[in-house]
Amino acid sequence: MSAFLARRLLIGLVTVIVASIVVFAVLEIVPGDPALLMLGMNATPEALATLRSQMGLDQPIPVRYLSWIGGMLMGDFGRSWTYSSPVIDLIVERGIVSLPLAVISLILSTAIAIPVGIFAASRRGRAADAISMGATQVGVAIPNFWFALLLVYVFAVWLRLLPAGGFPGWGAGIWPAFKALIMPAIALALPQAAILARVTRSAMLEVLGEDYIRTARAKGIPRRKVLWRHALRNAMIPVLTILGLQFAFLLAGTIIIENVFYLPGLGRLVFQAITQRDLIVVEGVVMLLVASVVIVNLVVDILYAVVDPRLRVKA
Amino acid sequence: MSLLEIENLRLDIGSLPILKGVSLSLEQGEVMGLVGESGSGKSMTALAVMQLLPIAMRASGRITFDGIDILGAPEAAMNRLRGNEIGMVFQEPMTALNPVKTIGEQVAEGIRWHTRASRAEAEERARKMLDRVGLPESKFPLTRYPHELSGGQRQRVVIAIACALAPKLLIADEPTTALDVVLQKQILELLRDLVDERKMGLLLISHDLAVVADMSDRVTIMRHGEVMEAGETARTLTQQAHPYTRQLALASMHVPDRGRKDAAIGGAATTGAGLVPPPLTPPHKGEGNVGETASTHSSTKSPLRDEEPASAAEDAHARLEEKGDISSTNSSEHTASSATGTIREGVSSKSPSPLWGGVRGGGNNTSSSEGVSGQAVSAGQGVSTASRPLLSVRNVVRDYPNRRTSLFRVPDVFRAVDDVSFQIAGGQSVALVGRSGCGKSTLARMILALDRPTSGSINVDGHEVSALPEAQLKPARRSMQVVFQDPYGSFNPRHKVERLVAEPLHLLDEAPSPAERRELVADALDKVGLKPSDMGKYPHEFSGGQRQRISIARAIITRPKLIVADEPVSALDVSIRAQVLDLFADLNARLGVAYLFITHDLTVARAITDEVMVMQEGRIVETGRTDEVLDHPQSDAAKALVEAAPDLQRALERRLARLG
Repeated sequence: MSAFLARRLLIGLVTVIVASIVVFAVLEIVPGDPALLMLGMNATPEALATLRSQMGLDQPIPVRYLSWIGGMLMGDFGRSWTYSSPVIDLIVERGIVSLPLAVISLILSTAIAIPVGIFAASRRGRAADAISMGATQVGVAIPNFWFALLLVYVFAVWLRLLPAGGFPGWGAGIWPAFKALIMPAIALALPQAAILARVTRSAMLEVLGEDYIRTARAKGIPRRKVLWRHALRNAMIPVLTILGLQFAFLLAGTIIIENVFYLPGLGRLVFQAITQRDLIVVEGVVMLLVASVVIVNLVVDILYAVVDPRLRVKA
Repeated sequence: MSLLEIENLRLDIGSLPILKGVSLSLEQGEVMGLVGESGSGKSMTALAVMQLLPIAMRASGRITFDGIDILGAPEAAMNRLRGNEIGMVFQEPMTALNPVKTIGEQVAEGIRWHTRASRAEAEERARKMLDRVGLPESKFPLTRYPHELSGGQRQRVVIAIACALAPKLLIADEPTTALDVVLQKQILELLRDLVDERKMGLLLISHDLAVVADMSDRVTIMRHGEVMEAGETARTLTQQAHPYTRQLALASMHVPDRGRKDAAIGGAATTGAGLVPPPLTPPHKGEGNVGETASTHSSTKSPLRDEEPASAAEDAHARLEEKGDISSTNSSEHTASSATGTIREGVSSKSPSPLWGGVRGGGNNTSSSEGVSGQAVSAGQGVSTASRPLLSVRNVVRDYPNRRTSLFRVPDVFRAVDDVSFQIAGGQSVALVGRSGCGKSTLARMILALDRPTSGSINVDGHEVSALPEAQLKPARRSMQVVFQDPYGSFNPRHKVERLVAEPLHLLDEAPSPAERRELVADALDKVGLKPSDMGKYPHEFSGGQRQRISIARAIITRPKLIVADEPVSALDVSIRAQVLDLFADLNARLGVAYLFITHDLTVARAITDEVMVMQEGRIVETGRTDEVLDHPQSDAAKALVEAAPDLQRALERRLARLG
C-alpha cells in the first residue's frame, strides 16, 4: 500500500511540474504586454522600462519561471497587476466561496444520484426504471443557467425564501452565507446528478449479472440486501471515476452559475483576469486548480484501492 | 417421501420451451447424476429448484422439497430454504465469489443470516468449515480475499459456503468443469466426503459421464429439455438401453480414426507399422499435397504458393523429395517390424539428438523415451524435413518479475518456463499436458511469438521466432497458427465468417484479390466440413462445434505446417468434441499439419497425439509415446494426471465391483 501511495504521489508531482511549464509557456506566448497594459498607451518608454524591470519582465525566461515556481512554493503567488494586491489573498477570498459551493453540490448530486441509480437498476425494465432514466435525460439536457434562472424565479422572486444572488460573506454568519449558496449548488448539482445516476445504474446492472450475485442469492440473502451488500461496492469504481472528474469541474467550471448568482468565486476571478491580461492571477489560479485536480485524482485512486482489494497489490 | 421430487416440470421463455416435462426424485443421502449436453436444460432444472431462474422464465409443474411446494413458495420462504436447507455449488469458481469481500465474510454471511448468530460465532463456524474443506487457518485466514486464492481453492470456499449449514440437499452444477483433472479429483472427493458425513442428498450436474459414473448412485440423462433415461448408474451406463445413452457413452470414449494408428489400437499391435507412430504419415501427406497443388492451387492461383518465387521453388523441391520418399517410406514401413532396431541406430548416428534431443528424461523413463524417439524419427526420415525439425525449442526460460517488495530492491522472479527443450517434426502430433499453472500456455505463447523467452531459442520452420523483430515474423506466423479454447470468445461477433477466416491472409506478402480471398476461404471452410456459403453468416448463427470448425478453418487458411491448439475441445460437448477431434485427425492426415495440443485432458491427448510431454512447474518432466506414457507413467506429475483422469470404463468397473 505504501509503495502504491508513493508511486501515485510521484505521478501527481510530475503532472504538476509538467502543467506548470505548460501554463508558463502558454502565457508567455499570449500577446499583450502587461506593463503596457498597466500604464496605458501613452506611457513613456522610460516608465515602461522601469515598470518592466520592477515586475521582473526583463529577466530571461528560465529565471522568471524558477522564481515564479519558487515563490509559489513559499505561498507567494505574486501581486496582481490590476488589483495590486497579493494573488494569494485574491485566491483565498474567492476560494472560500468556490470550495464550499463545489462541496455542497457534490454532496447533493451524490445523495440524489446513487439512490436513483440503484433504484432504477433494481427495477430494470419496469416503469420506475423508465421514469427515473427519463428524468435523468431531462437533467442532462437542461442548461444549468436556465435551470438557475428558474430556481431564482421560484424561490427568490415568487416564494421569497432565498436571496436571488450575491454573497454576504462568511463574516455575516454561516446561515446567510449558506442560503446564498443553496440555489447555485442545486443548479450545479442537477446535471451532475443526472450523469452520475446513469453511470450508477449501468454499473449496478453489470454487477448484478455477475456470478457472485447468484452465489449470494443462493445463500438465502434477500435480493434487496444483496443489492446493498454485494453489488454496490463492486459498482463503485466507475462511479468514483465520474465523481472525481465532476469535483474537478465544480471547482473551476462554475463561471456561468457564478455570473447568474453574482457570486465572487474563482471562475469569475479567472475570467476577469484573462480579459484584463492579469497574467499572474491567471497563472496562480490555474496552478492551484491543477494541484487540486491532482489531489482529487490521488484521493480517487486511494478510494479505488479501498473499495477493491485487487487494486491494492498493483502498484 | 423423497427429499426432492420434481414432477413434470416445464419451463418456457415466451413461447420457447426450455424444459418439457422433467421428472426426477432424490432421496436423503443419495447422489443423483444429472447428465446432458449443453442446452439440455440440466442447469435450468437446478435453478428451478433454487427458484433462481432468469426473470423471463415461467415454470409450471411441481417441485417438492422436503414436503414444501417450491414453485408455490413465497420469496421469503425460499430465502429461508436457500443456503440453509439447499446449498448450491457453481461451475466457475473464478467468478463465483465476491472480489471485494474476504472469504471469511462470505462464508459467515449465510451462517449469520440463517442462524442469527453473532459475528464472532459465525466466524468461528466459518473457520471450522474452511478447515473442513481443506483451507487451514495457517495458510488461509478468514481475511483472505478471493483473488489471493487459486481456482481450486476458490471452489473449496464456494463449497464451504454451500455446506456451512449442513443443508439436506446440495446441488453442484458442473463443479469441476473449470478445473484440471487433479483438482477435479480432489474436489469430487471432498464433495463425496461431505455428502457422506452430513447425509446430504447431492444433485450432481455434469456433462462428463465418467465423473457421474464415479460419483452417483443413480443417473438421469437429459436432452433437449426432456429426460431420456433414468436409473441406477452402473446398470444404466453399462446396458445403455436408450440410444442416446449409448451415443453419449460412445462419444465420450471416442478415438478418431487415424489411419495406421488405428490398427495399432484396434489390432494386435505387434506389427512394426503399428508400433511406429505416424508422425508424418508420408503417404498421406504426399498424396494430399501433391494432388492439391495440381488441382486447386494452380487453378485458384493461390498467392500462398505462386507469388513467392523463391519459396515456390523450395516447395517444388520439397514436393519432389516427398514424392520420391513415398516409396522409400512405404518400404521402410514394411521392413519396420523386423528392422526397427536398425533404423533407429541408423538414425541416431545421423542426428545425435533426434526428436527429443534436449529433453531431460524423467528418471528411469529416459531409456524408453530414447527408444521411442528413435522410432519416431525413423518414420520422420521419410520426409525432406528430417534434416531440420519443424519446431525446435532450445533451453527456453521465461521469468516473470514478482511483485516489488521495496522500491529499491530488484524484484525476484517467478520462473514460469524453466529450461525447456524439445522438437517437433513436420506432420507430427504432440500433446503438452500438465496441470493448470504448470507453464504450458506460457510456452505456447512463446512458440506463437506472442511473448519472448527470457533466454533460450525457438525456431519455427527455419525462422528464429525468439529473436526476430516483429516485422520479420510474417513468414513464421504463416507457417504456424493457433486454435483457442473458447469458440465463443475468439471471434469478433460483428464480423462475417468470410472476414474472420480470411484474417490470417494479411500474413501473405502480397494481399490476395477479393476473388482469390473468397476462393481461399471457401476452400478452408470446405476442408473443415462447412459449406462455402457459410462465409456470409455471423458467428452467432453457428453452434459451438461449428464455431470451433470456423476457428480451425481460420487456422489452416495460410496452410501452416504447425497448429498450436490450446485446449481446443474442452469447451465442447462430448459428441461435438468427438467430431472436432475427428476433424483434427483428418487434417493431420490429409494436410500433414503438425499439432501441438495443449491440454489437461488425457483422453484428448490419447485420442489425437503420437507423443506426449508432461509439464510440471515449468519443466518437462516426462516425454514419450502417448500410449506408453499414459499407460505406464514414470514421473510423479504424469502419475498424478493419469490417476486423476476420469475414466468411464474404470468407474463403471469399480461401481459394479462395489455392488458385488
